[in-house]
Amino acid sequence: MRASIPALFLFLSLASHAAAPPFEDTIAQRTQACTACHGKEGRAASDGYYPRIAGKPAGYLYHQLLNFREGRRHYGLMVQMVDPLSNAYLMEIAQYFSQLDLPYPAPQPSNTTAEVLRRGQVLVQQGDAMRQIPACVQCHGAALTGVAPNIPGLLGLPRDYLNAQLGAWRTGQRRAHAPDCMGTVARQLSPDEVNAATSWLAAQPLPVNTHPAAAMPALPSGAKAILCGSAP
Amino acid sequence: MKKITLGLCFLAVSVALATAALVWHLNTRDEPDLSSRVPVLNATPELLARGAYLARAGNCAACHTTRGGTPYAGGRGVDTPFGTVYSSNLTPEVRTGIGNWSAAEFWRALHNGRSKDGRLLYPAFPYPSYTTVTRADSDALYAYLHSQPATVQPATPHALRWPFDQQAALAVWRALYFVPATFQSEPAQSAEWNRGAYLVRGLGHCAACHTARNALGATNDRLDLAGGLIPVQNWYAPSLTSSQETGMHDWPLEDAVHLLQTGVAPLGTVLGPMAEVVQQSTQYLSLQDLTAMVVYLKALPQTPVESARNVPNTPRNVERGAKLYDQHCVQCHGAQGQGVAGAYPALAGNRAVTLASTANLVHVVRQGGFAPATAGNPRPFGMPPFVLVLNDADIATVLTHIRASWGNHAAPVTELEVGRLR
Repeated sequence: MRASIPALFLFLSLASHAAAPPFEDTIAQRTQACTACHGKEGRAASDGYYPRIAGKPAGYLYHQLLNFREGRRHYGLMVQMVDPLSNAYLMEIAQYFSQLDLPYPAPQPSNTTAEVLRRGQVLVQQGDAMRQIPACVQCHGAALTGVAPNIPGLLGLPRDYLNAQLGAWRTGQRRAHAPDCMGTVARQLSPDEVNAATSWLAAQPLPVNTHPAAAMPALPSGAKAILCGSAP
Repeated sequence: MKKITLGLCFLAVSVALATAALVWHLNTRDEPDLSSRVPVLNATPELLARGAYLARAGNCAACHTTRGGTPYAGGRGVDTPFGTVYSSNLTPEVRTGIGNWSAAEFWRALHNGRSKDGRLLYPAFPYPSYTTVTRADSDALYAYLHSQPATVQPATPHALRWPFDQQAALAVWRALYFVPATFQSEPAQSAEWNRGAYLVRGLGHCAACHTARNALGATNDRLDLAGGLIPVQNWYAPSLTSSQETGMHDWPLEDAVHLLQTGVAPLGTVLGPMAEVVQQSTQYLSLQDLTAMVVYLKALPQTPVESARNVPNTPRNVERGAKLYDQHCVQCHGAQGQGVAGAYPALAGNRAVTLASTANLVHVVRQGGFAPATAGNPRPFGMPPFVLVLNDADIATVLTHIRASWGNHAAPVTELEVGRLR
């Protein structure tokens, strides 16, 4: 009997850990610090703030990691995470998450008026030529799934996240290598316009092909090419 | 009556003048003669390589570079309890850098803590350690820095509170706590030990963190390398003179060298500020120099550390701690706190876990983080942050569990302690 009690404990403790996967030396294992906030396999956290990183273009992810480390983006937890890492390792991490091909969640139900959504759609797809505000699709791809390797897709992201990023660009909290084209665009938009664009974007389902486009779309007639330090 | 008052006034003025003279004298000890003509340094490739190596050993770039900024162009703020001190531009730019400094003036900054224009420098620049750097090494550093691209970057004024922003206050501080020194080798010790002492005491400026500071921010000689809480950052730099903390006395020499070279060792991983030191400085040092440093560290006289308070834990807390551990920690650190060799540190018998100061544990659980990416460990494993998942009470409870399990016998952690470390 004496011997069987420890045996029973051992059995129970083994049983309770049966769910834990065995240790495997993989890049997924090495980047558990990332997925704790960005969701399983980087498919986004449920709180709407930590964005999906799975499937975003590798160059985009890599530049964001560098931006955090080099003070162009500010979020304490991210900064101290990437601080001790090398460029080579950050690139490997970026490539790993960019290659994950996971289904996207259904778009968020929108509680915005149809009027606002229409305005958002126009801004996203046509921009505002009078004020030289480019359409989102001019750089982020006709399907808005991004353009490899440096431009991220804009679909499948929570409205809160999109608002936070455009807001950060307007105030200079988020920056990219000069010329910081997104900073310029965001500062041209009024808060209402930001809200309209993000409301429309967050309400769109993803197209069948969710992957970033291989090349930039052709420049529509009359549109001006934009110089971006983040997508040279 | 009038005579007495006059006499007292005279006495007071005399004492003030004598004190000022003494402070002045103590501040100008062992200063080099700047007027003597020194031949211009011949910046041979060997000298530049040596200077580059020494700049790594001193980790100059860490403080003299802003995030994403030009290396050595300065401007990074170092937070102290007295305000923020901003590093200076070390590139050879003439107006804003050290372009028109002579090698002797550069040496005076390292050795005496005085700038080209005669200003006293704040000891956030660790000249109380650098003072023992040899003139030859100072010249190599000077030559190397002068080989960098000249970058215009004006100094950011320090943001210090009164009276700490006053040169007179700094002069008094220096009179009390700073003595220019020359490295004296100990003939009774090996050449290796002496080389280690030179690096640890001098450019390595280990004492800047690993020695406790007094209320005026001076490192206390009697508590030499015996551990200290890094002001403002609130990371605890453990004692190098105790095997219960991070002393190397009982470690195999090669493990200790490996830790400084790669950031990881079988019994420990560098974290927080030390991760930066390994990543930017010690990983670049030669095996010979790292071995010398470890030989010196292993031979440091041992001092006892504060023993942990023995406060019994409540049964309810014990159960909750074990449950939290099972939910959040067991997957990587194992049911017996054994970790995974080469990936996740063991928590059983881990000195970082049982330190009397719980500051580092709380930081690690809150923020997670990676070991430094080094040539010897280029793809480190990472720990998730738990700040969004666990509240202060949870963190205290799970740490208490870890500190009292699998043979660990360290004091419980209180919620108050965790809360204070924000």
